[in-house]
Amino acid sequence: MTAFPILRRSDRVLIQGVTGAQGTFWTGHMLGVGTNVVAGTNPKRAGVTHLGLPVFASASAALARMEVDIAVMFVPPQAVKDAALDAIEAGIRGLVVLTEHVPVHDMLAVFSSARASGARVVGANTAGLVTPGEAFVGIMPGHNTNIFRPGRIGVISRSGSLGTLVCLNLTRAGLGQSSFIGIGGDAILGTTTEEALQALDHDFRTDAIVLVGEIGGAMEEDAARYAATMAKPVAAFIAGRAAPPGRRMGHAGAIVEAGAGSYASKRAALERAGVTVVDTPHAIPAALATRLSPLVPERA
Amino acid sequence: MNLLEYHAKTEILAPAGIPVPAGAWCENPDAAANAARRLGQCVVKAQIPVGKRGRMGGVRMADGPDEARAAAEDILSRTFAGHRPAAVLVEPRLPLIGEFYCAVLQSPRDRSPLVMFSPAGGMDIEEIAAAGSGTVARHLVRDLDRFDATAAAAVLEGMGVDHVKPALADFLARLYRLWRRTDAELIEVNPLAELADYSFVALDCKFILDDAASFRQPALTARAVADPLTTIEQHAAALGLKYIALDGNVGVLANGAGLTMTTMDMVSHFGGRPANFLEIGGDAYVKAESALALVLGNPNLRSLVVNFCGAFARTDVMARGVVEAWRRLKPTIPVFFSVHGTGEDEAVSLIRSEFGSAPFDLMEDAVRAAVEAAS
Repeated sequence: MTAFPILRRSDRVLIQGVTGAQGTFWTGHMLGVGTNVVAGTNPKRAGVTHLGLPVFASASAALARMEVDIAVMFVPPQAVKDAALDAIEAGIRGLVVLTEHVPVHDMLAVFSSARASGARVVGANTAGLVTPGEAFVGIMPGHNTNIFRPGRIGVISRSGSLGTLVCLNLTRAGLGQSSFIGIGGDAILGTTTEEALQALDHDFRTDAIVLVGEIGGAMEEDAARYAATMAKPVAAFIAGRAAPPGRRMGHAGAIVEAGAGSYASKRAALERAGVTVVDTPHAIPAALATRLSPLVPERA
Repeated sequence: MNLLEYHAKTEILAPAGIPVPAGAWCENPDAAANAARRLGQCVVKAQIPVGKRGRMGGVRMADGPDEARAAAEDILSRTFAGHRPAAVLVEPRLPLIGEFYCAVLQSPRDRSPLVMFSPAGGMDIEEIAAAGSGTVARHLVRDLDRFDATAAAAVLEGMGVDHVKPALADFLARLYRLWRRTDAELIEVNPLAELADYSFVALDCKFILDDAASFRQPALTARAVADPLTTIEQHAAALGLKYIALDGNVGVLANGAGLTMTTMDMVSHFGGRPANFLEIGGDAYVKAESALALVLGNPNLRSLVVNFCGAFARTDVMARGVVEAWRRLKPTIPVFFSVHGTGEDEAVSLIRSEFGSAPFDLMEDAVRAAVEAAS
């Protein structure tokens, strides 16, 4: 039983596309922090050993020989659907899709299959998952201890770069992280802000949560409804306040259309739910420290 | 990417056996007058890739050639929400007895295709929804291969359309198959007109193609309406970079969509105005040099903030790109850095040796300095 999308060191990880340049670079870092990577796949290089890991032709071939909890995909956009369906059919219940620009219809097929099999997808277009001191998967500097430190703050972010900055700010303020969940920048995601928030709310290692949102869609509004029911404090920063409407700001999901997905709507919904919404990323640790002081008197 | 109504009808609906009015694509008033001569009472519609045309005066009734000519002349001389019509579509006015709303799209909340139907078509879906509960049917397709006429008939239950239910169910199933085959984000027929003989005609069609699927939809991609881009935006697109021109004077270069938006937000927060959105995240981080050249191509620029927080993107590679662009272009505006994350040590020492000072520790301070320098 895994805590996915919260990553644990005990999670057995399969890297699909392990032999490519990015797969090799990041798998090396994952292994370096102690992530339990057990194998990789490459349809053309089955049988070789890469980074000390056995390489199989497919997830199904790997699962015939070992157990795997999480599949992490370093594959090009056109190959994501087949790789993900392979992982789900092989019996893997946690998928992390890092790839950007995956066709929406391909992800809908993946979500449909995951739903039928009881699997959970994180992404697409996520930077990954980090549990400082335990493990990380993806393309985050999870090995950099100036940025990620063990602690009790859960962080949810649509963006890898901004999420990294937020964790750096927390670490410098003496607030380590229980888990970082990168949910991804696409418009349709396997794990939403609300679902990540629920996971961290139920996690006994997490005392408070930082929600790093963006304009576009309704995920922050949906998460606000859940946040209103929570006892744990939540602070939020929403990117895109100065973005012009009607333009896609880099992420497929980051667009304000016909008045929906605006900064004002998200901020208002979160504030109504009792979430502290800050104006700058630097203000997050202070906002949290204020909310945390009654819970952890030694910091007061 | 949006398709114009005319292309959505002639290249998507009609080939799939969905009846559409016999309209004419008219690029000038004379062509519109000629079409009206043939069609009689007609409607003249601006071909623009945005909705709410009617309210902006982009859909006009015309009785005969003279009125059609005048309507076309007016429409073709105007811009609608920033779009100048490529043409007008002149269509016959049909004697309809009912108007339905039909759409297939994806629901982010449910991670599934969503089929929508309303017997109160002809208005925007937001207006239909606001008009009262029970007038819009919403059906989530959980197994992608299973939405046939039988499933569609169930969606139509209680919608007051029993007299045409088999034909409507067949239409919805057809629309769903079409949505899947074309990699559509949205296919909306509103209204689907019911004629006196209970047959149907698609009077309008909105179609949005998934950008990420353009590699396997070359014909539709070629038909899609490109965003109206500025010269710098076009150069960026050619380099595979996403640049959005803004009206300020503080240039922004950052990695990753979230961090770039945040950098813009901070410029605005500290009282400045950002000159651009430009992110070099993902695979684009190695393009820092050409990216910076784009930013510096804006003559309004008074200062620049470079904000890197490397995860996937290596800050040392990006910083080297900035240094090379700086040496090549020799800009005279001041630049303010903040650099953290993957490759930080090398990046910081490179910036220190090239620019004579270390990056700001806090990105907020770098942005504040850039805003002050620009004012």
